[in-house]
Amino acid sequence: MDKYAWDANEEYLFKAMVAFSMRKVPNRETTEISHVLLCNVTQRVSFWFVVTDPSRNHTLPAVEVQSAIRMNRNRINNAFFLNDQTLEFLRIPSTLAPPTDPSVPIWIIIFGVIFCIVLVATMLLIISGIRQHRRKNKGPSEMEDSEDKCENVITIENGIPCDPLDMKGGHINDAFVTEDERLTPL
Amino acid sequence: MARTPGPDQPVDGGGEERPAWDNKLQYLLSCVGFAVGLGNLWRFPYLCQTHGGGAFLIPYIIALAFEGIPLFHIELAVGQRLRRGSVGAWTAISPYLGGMGLGCFTVSFLVSLYYNTVLTWVLWYLLNSFQHPLPWSACPLDLNRTGLVQECRDSSPVSYFWYRRTLNVSADIGDSGPVQWRLLVCLAVSWAVVYLCVIRGIETTGKAIYFTALFPYLVLTVFLVRGLTLPGAMQGLTYLFTPDLRVLQNPRVWLDAATQIFFSLSLALGGHIAFASYNPPRNNCRRDAVSIALVNSMTSLYASIAVFSVLGFKAASDHGRCLDRNILHLINAFDLPEQSVSRDTYTVALARLNASQPAQVAGLPLEACRLEDFLDKSASGTGLAFIVFTEAVLHMPGAPVWAVLFFGMLFSLGLSSMFGNMESIITPLLDLGVMPRRVPKEVLTGLACLLCFFTATCFTLRSGSYWLEIFDQYAAALNLILLAFFEVVGVAYVYGMKRFCDDIAWMTGRRPGFYWRATWKVVSPLLLLTIFLAYVALLASSPPHYKAWNPRYERFPLRQEKPYPGWVLAACVLLSFLPTLWVPVVALGQLLARCRQKTRDPPQDRCPKPRGGRAC
Repeated sequence: MDKYAWDANEEYLFKAMVAFSMRKVPNRETTEISHVLLCNVTQRVSFWFVVTDPSRNHTLPAVEVQSAIRMNRNRINNAFFLNDQTLEFLRIPSTLAPPTDPSVPIWIIIFGVIFCIVLVATMLLIISGIRQHRRKNKGPSEMEDSEDKCENVITIENGIPCDPLDMKGGHINDAFVTEDERLTPL
Repeated sequence: MARTPGPDQPVDGGGEERPAWDNKLQYLLSCVGFAVGLGNLWRFPYLCQTHGGGAFLIPYIIALAFEGIPLFHIELAVGQRLRRGSVGAWTAISPYLGGMGLGCFTVSFLVSLYYNTVLTWVLWYLLNSFQHPLPWSACPLDLNRTGLVQECRDSSPVSYFWYRRTLNVSADIGDSGPVQWRLLVCLAVSWAVVYLCVIRGIETTGKAIYFTALFPYLVLTVFLVRGLTLPGAMQGLTYLFTPDLRVLQNPRVWLDAATQIFFSLSLALGGHIAFASYNPPRNNCRRDAVSIALVNSMTSLYASIAVFSVLGFKAASDHGRCLDRNILHLINAFDLPEQSVSRDTYTVALARLNASQPAQVAGLPLEACRLEDFLDKSASGTGLAFIVFTEAVLHMPGAPVWAVLFFGMLFSLGLSSMFGNMESIITPLLDLGVMPRRVPKEVLTGLACLLCFFTATCFTLRSGSYWLEIFDQYAAALNLILLAFFEVVGVAYVYGMKRFCDDIAWMTGRRPGFYWRATWKVVSPLLLLTIFLAYVALLASSPPHYKAWNPRYERFPLRQEKPYPGWVLAACVLLSFLPTLWVPVVALGQLLARCRQKTRDPPQDRCPKPRGGRAC
């Protein structure tokens, strides 16, 4: 925002804006810039102003001027690059902006997200816990089945399957006497 | 008595293998997380500030050395040696002391109720921090949109958001009003998060603690760096740490230091006993105790530096705004050009105007703007977190980010303390075998969390915050001090100092030295007794009252001091003594049982065998 000095041209613009606001009022379309009078201009840029009627005999009531300016406050502010705080009209309160309420309050959205995450995580933990429990229960009964299966499984030691090492292939070494022949039969 | 190679291992409750920590780091982080809680952030800086700044560290360190660390070491050693939760451990030490475990269990239950309610409030603020502008930055409009809501206009947007939009507090404790549904759903989520983390005991808390214990340090560092770069931070820090040694003459300072170190380490709740019971038997608990206690105190200091740099910034910006308001009055009254008087030239300009036109200056509503007054505005507890700090965050650039970080940090700080609280409730229940063996642990923790949730809904009433203050002041304080006293005396005299030193020598490899034995036998019990008596004297000196938020009070926004009604006082007294009553009740019960047994059976062996299995 650029700073600018307040001089007679700015005062002319101000008078023009006030006249513009008055012209928007139904009965006052004939307000001219010359009908707006400024007085007591001080160095910090504050002044009094009045609007006279076309005959220049009396001033318009303050209430009318105030309501006209209220309707066009935004245009006046923008003409001077100012806002309600920096351009203050005494006795003209600002119209407060309506509250911007989103249809769904934001906290409910975040709450929903967190709640869903917590629920899903809890379900996962409970389910994995149940599965672990079931596996532990099945564990002792599975051990007996696997011992029977062992004999059908080919064990491999040092890369050589144990199968060829039994009586099926290979030669019988007579130096090793079998158990039955060592013992004398009864 | 022949010297056995190691003490007899007491049988774990249930015969199954006791769960163990995955690694030592989980155990240390769990203890640190339990000890480091919300109090490190919002009680210690307040005490430091009101009790003479740096001078407060002197009674604090003395209390740490003679009360904090010895008690902490006892808890860890008892848990590790006896490998049970608080109820089982104290019953094992002596059947007459079994009531202590039950007392710890009851206090833990009460504390977890209101502690999680504070987390609920933190969660509510966290959920509301994800928007810009923050909801506590401006007052809402009233019904016909012509102005701001009166209650907010008279106090401040931040106070209005806290008292009205969050708590919806009633003007009197007797007026409980309906349950606030917003707080109720946040309470449900809070307990759901706690359940999620403690669902399988230390198996799940051990994983969660990596985040909840370390995240606060990260955020504190971020706040520290950001805070130190804000204008006014250095003033805040110098004001905080400037020592004023005269405060050491005030006994209240010593009492506050002793109670602060006691509650800061979360002693006598049974949580540390529970954590240590999952340790391997040979673990250096002495080193753990000293290091965890030191980490806790260092965290308090670190947190207070971060907090006070931000509060210094807040004081400086409030001071600046005060000056701006005065400058505006001057400019309006004397028609001076805009920006002709700046904050630095204000005093000079005021003096000049006062010299030339004193009458007009006297008629202006000028406030006295002194930076010290703004720095003095200290707050502790919920006032610090939800009013002062939230207002400070509003003025930092990028406010929603800082708000999310701050409340996220508070939530993790509180959550890691809740793990300890829940462990001190669940471990004794598991050891006692309350539920049959085949019922999985998840069901037990679920039932415990559900019960706590339903009981805690009383804090979501409109008078909930008043009840929370009562619980905080009466349920926790006196009981914990008494229980800690019984702990020290029980271990040093009933269990036997020699036996205890033998156990520690077996566990850690070195007998405790003179410092430990002296503090356990003499210094700590005396200190605890003194603190207890001083605390009771303090509570009894003034009739208990509470500060109510009453918009119809003539001095609103100051809070109205009201005395507690009779039935509330009765509740306070009950809360203060009921948990500790377990100790004499169980001791008497045991005595009666023994007497009856002795008269029934002929007296063959005169020595009652303690459950540890040692013959006398």
